[in-house]
Formats: sequence, C-alpha cells, structure tokens
Amino acid sequence: MTFIKPLNHHPKLEKNNLGLTRRDYEGAVSSLCAGCGHDSISASIIESCFNLNIESYKVAKLSGIGCSSKAPAYFLNQSHGFNSVHGRMPSVATGANCANRDLLYLGVSGDGDSASIGIGQFIHAIRRQVNMVYIIENNGTYGLTKGQFSATNDLDSKNKYGDDNLFKPIDLATMAIQLGATYVARSFSGDREQLIPLIMGAMQHKGFALLDIISPCVTFNNHAASTKSYDYIREHNEAVGKTDFVPLGEEIKTSYDEGTSVEVNLHDGSKLSLEKTDKNFDPCDAGKSLNFMREKEKEGKVLTGLLYADSTAKDLIETLNMTETPLNQLDQDLICPGSKILDLINKDLS
Amino acid sequence: MHNLKKVESISAVNNFVIKFANVNGSGSASANQMFAKAMFRMGIPVSPKNIFPSNIQGLPTWFEVRVNEDGYLGSRGGVDIAVAMNPQSYSKDVEEISPGGFLLYDSTWKRNFNRDDITIIEIPFTQLCVESFKNPKQRALFKNIAYVGALSALLEIEYKVLETLISEQFEKKPSLIEPNLKALNLGRDYVLENLSFPIGITVSRSDKLENKILISGNEAAGLGAVYGGATFCSWYPITPSTSLAEGFEKYAKKYRVEKETGKNLFASVQAEDELAAIGMAIGANWNGARAFTATSGPGISLMSEFLGLAYFAEIPLVLFNVQRGGPSTGMPTRTQQSDVLACAYASHGDTKHVLIFPSDPKECFDFAAKAFDLADQLQTPVFVVSDLDMGMNDWVCDKFEWDDKYLFNKGKVLSKDDLDEMENYGRYLDVDNDGICYRTYPGTHPEKGAFFTRGTSHDEFANYTENGDINAATLTRLMKKFRTASELVPEPIIEINGKDSCGVIFYGSTSPAIHEAKDLLKEKEINVDLMQIRSFPFNLDVWEFIANHDRIYVVEQNRDSQMRTLIMAEGGISPEILRPLVHFTGDPIQASFIVSKISEREVNYKSHINAKKR
Ligand SMILES: Cc1ncc(C[n+]2csc(CCOP(=O)(O)OP(=O)(O)O)c2C)c(N)n1
Ligand code: SF4
Ligand SMILES: [Mg+2]
Repeated sequence: MTFIKPLNHHPKLEKNNLGLTRRDYEGAVSSLCAGCGHDSISASIIESCFNLNIESYKVAKLSGIGCSSKAPAYFLNQSHGFNSVHGRMPSVATGANCANRDLLYLGVSGDGDSASIGIGQFIHAIRRQVNMVYIIENNGTYGLTKGQFSATNDLDSKNKYGDDNLFKPIDLATMAIQLGATYVARSFSGDREQLIPLIMGAMQHKGFALLDIISPCVTFNNHAASTKSYDYIREHNEAVGKTDFVPLGEEIKTSYDEGTSVEVNLHDGSKLSLEKTDKNFDPCDAGKSLNFMREKEKEGKVLTGLLYADSTAKDLIETLNMTETPLNQLDQDLICPGSKILDLINKDLS
Repeated sequence: MHNLKKVESISAVNNFVIKFANVNGSGSASANQMFAKAMFRMGIPVSPKNIFPSNIQGLPTWFEVRVNEDGYLGSRGGVDIAVAMNPQSYSKDVEEISPGGFLLYDSTWKRNFNRDDITIIEIPFTQLCVESFKNPKQRALFKNIAYVGALSALLEIEYKVLETLISEQFEKKPSLIEPNLKALNLGRDYVLENLSFPIGITVSRSDKLENKILISGNEAAGLGAVYGGATFCSWYPITPSTSLAEGFEKYAKKYRVEKETGKNLFASVQAEDELAAIGMAIGANWNGARAFTATSGPGISLMSEFLGLAYFAEIPLVLFNVQRGGPSTGMPTRTQQSDVLACAYASHGDTKHVLIFPSDPKECFDFAAKAFDLADQLQTPVFVVSDLDMGMNDWVCDKFEWDDKYLFNKGKVLSKDDLDEMENYGRYLDVDNDGICYRTYPGTHPEKGAFFTRGTSHDEFANYTENGDINAATLTRLMKKFRTASELVPEPIIEINGKDSCGVIFYGSTSPAIHEAKDLLKEKEINVDLMQIRSFPFNLDVWEFIANHDRIYVVEQNRDSQMRTLIMAEGGISPEILRPLVHFTGDPIQASFIVSKISEREVNYKSHINAKKR
C-alpha cells in the first residue's frame, strides 16, 4: 500500500480555480506494492488534473488488466472507470470516444497489456487517431502475474530470478511516432517535475497522446541486472530538455537562445514550452526525432521528455465527420427516420 | 429446339424452379436478380437463392429461383429450367434437370448433352452479343441480360415489367438504359423469330404479393438498427454478415445526416478484428450510445472474452450473428444454424445470453430495432441470430411498419436530477427486485453516480471484492435478471392443428420449409402442432407447449441438434420427448426432407402405439 504524497510542499488543502483540493482528485486507497512506480504516476495524474482545473466527472478512465490497469481505481473517484479485459482497452476507448466526444479519455495500460496481447489494438487506436491520453506504465515485466518478461524488456536485462531475456524490446514510443501518434513523450515515474507538464500537455492535446512512462516494479524488476529499475533509470535517463506547461493567457517567462526552445500549441490555447538541451533535436519533426532517439539508444541512454508533437492533425471524430452533439445525447426524433420514410423504403422494395 | 421423346414436357403456370449457372464475377447477379424481381412485380411469390463459392472470380456460381403461386418459398429441390451459361459446370447442371424439364444454353458452341428426356433450347448468346456490341466488356456482360430477354418470351414474362426494372436500375446512369434494353431484346427477338414459344412452363400475373416487399434479412436488420436508434456500428468483414453493417451504413448515410451541417448522426468503424469490433461496441454502449456489431461464427469465437465482460459488468450490447457453415472456417458461403449453443453460453464461467431468432427479413427488421430496447432494458448482450440463407438472399416478406408514437426504452438510467434525490447509489443494487439495477452514464453528475466498471468480482457498489458470498449473490441475481428477460423477449408462435398431433419445434430460416411441410403432412393425414421459437431464455409458453406433447420433432440446421440440447438443459426435458430432426449440408432445408423424416417416424410411432394397445 502506498500513501500518495502531494507534490512540493504545498499545503494539501490548497484550492484550484474550481475550489477543489488535491484530495478531491484522489481515488480509493491503492493496493499496489509500497514503492510501486504506478502509484507515483497516479499522484502525478492527480496533480495534473488539479492544476488543469479538470472536472473529474468529465473524465473517463479506461484500462486493461494488470497492476497498472488497476491504477485508475486509485485516482479521480468522481470519474467513471472501466477496467476492461487484458489488452483491449484501446477498442473500448475508441467506442466510448465515438459515443461521447465531450469527455476526456484517459487510458492506463501496462507494457504487457499494450506491447503483447493488446499490441494490435494499440496500433489501431493510434492509426485512427482516437482523441485520448494513453499512459503506459512500463516496468518491463508482468507485475500482476509475478515477474515474467514483457516485450519492452531490454535484451541484456535479466529477470528477478537471474534468467536472461532472449528477445529485443519493442519501443512503444518509437512505434507510436511511426504510426502517426500526434503527441509522444517518454518519462519516468520518479521524475514528477518532468512528468506533470507532460501529462498536462497530453490532456490538452487533441488526438492520440502517448505517454510511455518507465515505472519500476519494486517487487519483480528493480534488481541490479534490470534496465527498468529506479537506479538504472536515474543513471541513464537523458531528458531532451525542460518542459513547462504554460496555461492559456500566461506569459512564457524564460526567453531561450534561438534554436534551443520550442513551443507546442495545445488544443485549448495553452502551450508546452520546451527548453532543449540539443539543437539537433526537434519534436516537431518525426524523422529527426526518431533519429535522435536512435542515437541516444546507441549511447545507452534512455531518452525522456516530449519526443514528438503535431497539433494540426484530425482526430477520429473529425475523420468520421461526426456531429457536434455527442451520439449518446441525440434525441429519438433525430435518429429514427419514422413511418413516412419507411413507407418510401417499402415502396422501393416492392 | 430439340423436342423430347419419351417423357412428357413439364407444364406449369407460376410453379417451377429455374436455376441459372454462371461463372462467379461474370456480372450475372444483376440479371438474375432482375428475373426474380420481375416475378415479384408480376405479383407471383418468388424466392431467389444465391449459391456461391468462397471465391471472387472464376468458380461456378448458381442462382436458384423458386416461383410458387401458393407462396411456398423454402428451397424445393429439383430443377425445371436450367439456364446453363458456364461450360465448367454443364454436366452437373444438365444432370440436375428433372425429366421433362428444359435446358437453355449458349449454343455459340454447340454441344450434345445426352439427355433425351428434356427440352434443349439453343440460343447463341455470345455470338449475338459479339455481333451487336463493340466493347468486349459489354459483350460479356450483356449475355446475361440477353438470356433474361429470351426467358421473357419463353415464359411469357411481361416485357413492360422488365423494361421498367431496367430504367429503375439505371436511373442514375441513364446512358446505360438503351444498351441494356438492346441486350434484352436481342435474346427476346431471337426467340420470337427462331423458336417456338412459350414453353410448357409459363408465368402469369397474380395478386399474391399485396403488402409484400422483397429484401434480404441483412439489409432489413441494418435498417432495423437505424430505426432502433443505433448510432454506432463496429464490425469486421466476414461472410455472411458484412452486408448487414453495409446495410446500416447505407441507410444511415441516407437518413442520418444533419441537413444544415452535412455531419453524421452516426459512426461506423471497420475494426481491425472482431475483438476490437465488440470492444468498441461495448465502449460505446457503456457510454450510453446504442451500438452494435455484426459477425458470423468465427467472430463469435473471438468475441467470447468480451461477451463475458459485458454479461458480468452488465453492459448493453446488440450483436448480430449471421450464421454460416461451421465448424472452424467451415463453409463460409453456406447456411447453418450451428452457433446456437456457442451464443447461448458464450464465454467462460457461468454465462447465459439473450438470443432472438428472426425467421424472415420482416422479423430481422423488427427484432433488430427491438434488440436495442432489450439490451438497454436488460443491460446485457442481446444476440440477434439469423443465418446466411435469410441474411443474404432476398425473401418475400410483409412490409415494414413503424409506430411513430413508440418511444425507445433506454432502461434504468439515472439522470442528474435522479441522482440528486438519492442518498445511496449503488450500481449493482437490485432495488426493484427484478435483477436489473440502475446505470449512470459517465459525465452525468459532478459528485454522484460515478463507479468503476470491471469484469472482476464486485459488490453492489461496484467495488472489487473477493468475498465469495457476495460474488455468488451477484451470479444469483444475474439468473433473476435472466428470468426477467424471459418475460420481455419475443414469445414463441404456436399453431395447434388437432388432437394427438405431434409437436414440431423450429426457428429461424427453417420457417418456410416447415409451413410447406405441415401442409404436405396434412395431405398424408399427419397433423403437426408448430412452435416457432423466437428467443432464449424460453418463456412459459414454450414449456407449456412441450408439456402438452408426448413427442416433438426439433427441426434445425445443425448436426448436434443444438436447440434441443438447450431446451433439455434449461428445462430438464426428457430426451425421449424431444426428437432431433437435423439437416446440415449447408443447403437450406427442404420441406420434402422434413416430410419424409416426420412421416417415417410417425408411421413407426403409430404402429408402436397400436402394438402396445393390442
Ligand atoms: C486473456 C488473459 N490472459 C492472461 C491474463 C493474465 N494476466 C493478467 S495481468 C497480465 C500481465 C500484466 O502485465 P502488464 O500489462 O505489464 O501490467 P503490470 O502488472 O506489469 O503493471 C497477465 C498476463 C489475463 N488477465 N487475461
Ligand atoms: S507487482 Fe510490481 S507492478 Fe505490481 S504492484 Fe507490485 S511493484 Fe507494482
Ligand atoms: Mg508491466
């Protein structure tokens, strides 16, 4: 069981613009192992929602099966949640999104859930550009079934029992960029300062936003020979720069040297501003970004931060040319053509 | 025309079977359909059946049309007229013709067919078309229209009817009307000028089709989904269900587009597989939109895990299963009723699902619309189970009807105001004691009504629990809900025809064959009482019918007599009472088959009874 601590030293009862405290964004008491990375991610989600003045009841939380997929029970108590079946959250999210375009869809999945059993659905949700935040709590292992290798585990990493991993990993962030996701970031559950603006950016982005968050499993994959342990990530983590979330109407305070800063426009008019550490990196250019990621991988680094963003693409709702009113709110007289039209149809059929 | 020698030529008015033998992909379908529609327009009951291979181009394909003044429209068997346009299948096609029947073939290449008991009609269709059309594509295509033209003279089909059908078909491409009429007359004039006509089989205007339409079950179900208020469809292509999703799209595009904005009041997504198709439909239903998916056997297998989730988490869902020949990939283009058990108990653990069985396109329409009410009322998956025969072939049925006063029943859904008045909301509290609890849609209320939907064991407040008693209580409540369902689903149609009659239970597309068989059996002085099952769970009428008969034939189109198993399992009915009568070749069941099986067994039964009396 983990007690979720508030970020910084703010008093817990500080209120946001809706008059809500962080506590109003909490969920049930977590049943995950003490120290599990997933709990830190929940805390960052709570912080992001608090900061963004989000109305919980307008959020739908969706997940598959796994320790990570249990996490949505531990934040946003006033949101409806849907713990679906293993690897199939993306399809449920797609249908839910089509039924009501007005909610914020927050999907939480694991590396087993998304990179193995559910990889097909993961790919197609991206391809369709479902408007959602898709968080992968990536621990390189199957936590809930007790420590088998997952498909994101690195080739040279061992499991808790000392067995070698025989296969190369799937990099879901790289894959997401290649498939056309319009917001892709990688982060680390232990780095809330980086993670929170990235989650906030994802929530304000329109289109498919992937957050591949390395989230150590203290029980099964936090040993010395693991490349998804707290120690390993702290040592090998290289951020593409510092990301700040700039709410609508607020000034971007820091002025960076030319070529070192990027601003990403978000759907509600807010921005993410990124102070880059390397001039060659450009999160608005998928090709360049992929090259940069590959280079860093060769250097043995785990590249984190905002990796790619495109704020111009159409989401699924637009592609399907759907009406402004959510489908679940259409009145019967709008959707049932009635007897007069049926008479015409009968005539055509006789 | 060769005249037959020994056997007398068949002579019939409005009562025959004609079979067109074509090459798949040769463009014969629309000509064949035009023939069937011409019968319909002349007021004569007609049932066309497409017999096609699982192939796109090149293999033989057949189109069998039964024309029957008395309205018997099940498959009959036997061929009175063969239109043989495919040399590949000549031997089989010619062999099938009943003695005294007729063969019409393309005599551009003459043949000897070795049958002196049929009338062979030779028309050089290819040659005629080559002479009259320049474009090679048209030459091939118009052979089909030309044989319809020839038949119009041979069978006395009203020319005006065909002319109208052509102008209707090409309303949007009027430049094609003239060449089609030319092709029609090519065949027709050849007969008028060179052959003796009409032949012994003819058609004559009738008045049997007032208030009837001609449509496939799939298109009817797709339209029913539009009327039933479905706004979301997710599907994965599979024969024979594809045309159902397409039917929905076709009508939705026509009647579900916002006039001012041109935007869609629906969404249809072709999923990446059946798992995703059902997942999307569940997601949309969870969110309060009426959503469905359509599939066939292999898709049901893939959807099983999600079906258990929807059952246990109590999410409405409409699923159309247009059955085909199984097991496995089986016979994708043939018909069967072999998914009854797979649907009734789909998914692991104790699950039971609501099934409804339409028996013609009218019921496909009605039940499709009704299924959305049932799913919302019962908060569970509702399967509409049809099959390839009814799904893909055009059937004559009653006109569709719609009552504009009828309001959708969205079931027990709480609004913001409802929640405001409540103190203690629990998603799975059985407040009304009917097994059905109250839902909320996401986004309804800022502080109340949110819950966590899950497939793991849960208590009345949707919280996770590993308390076995609580889980057992949930499973028990779900059975209560299933009993409630039995009062809401379509009741059986029962027809009692005399004292001491045997009972016959049937469902779905077996219906036309059964009704014909009943009349034929009557001629043999065997009275049968009929019960058309239209849904599962079974209601009291079903059990009463069974209780009132000491022997019942359960007629179905699968090997294992699945409906019989279901009835026995659910009602504890003795196997001796329910007698399997099965047909599972993949061809639609025929009345003659049912008659022979029942009369054989009834004769045995009666001699047995008499022996006992002695
Ligand atoms: C169809 C199916 N197969 C297998 C399982 C068992 N199972 C539950 S969780 C899980 C792996 C979860 O791994 P991951 O998604 O990485 O989540 P984590 O627990 O590591 O956060 C598996 C295989 C299941 N629930 N359903
Ligand atoms: S097993 Fe691992 S992933 Fe699961 S709760 Fe424990 S630490 Fe977290
Ligand atoms: Mg994992």
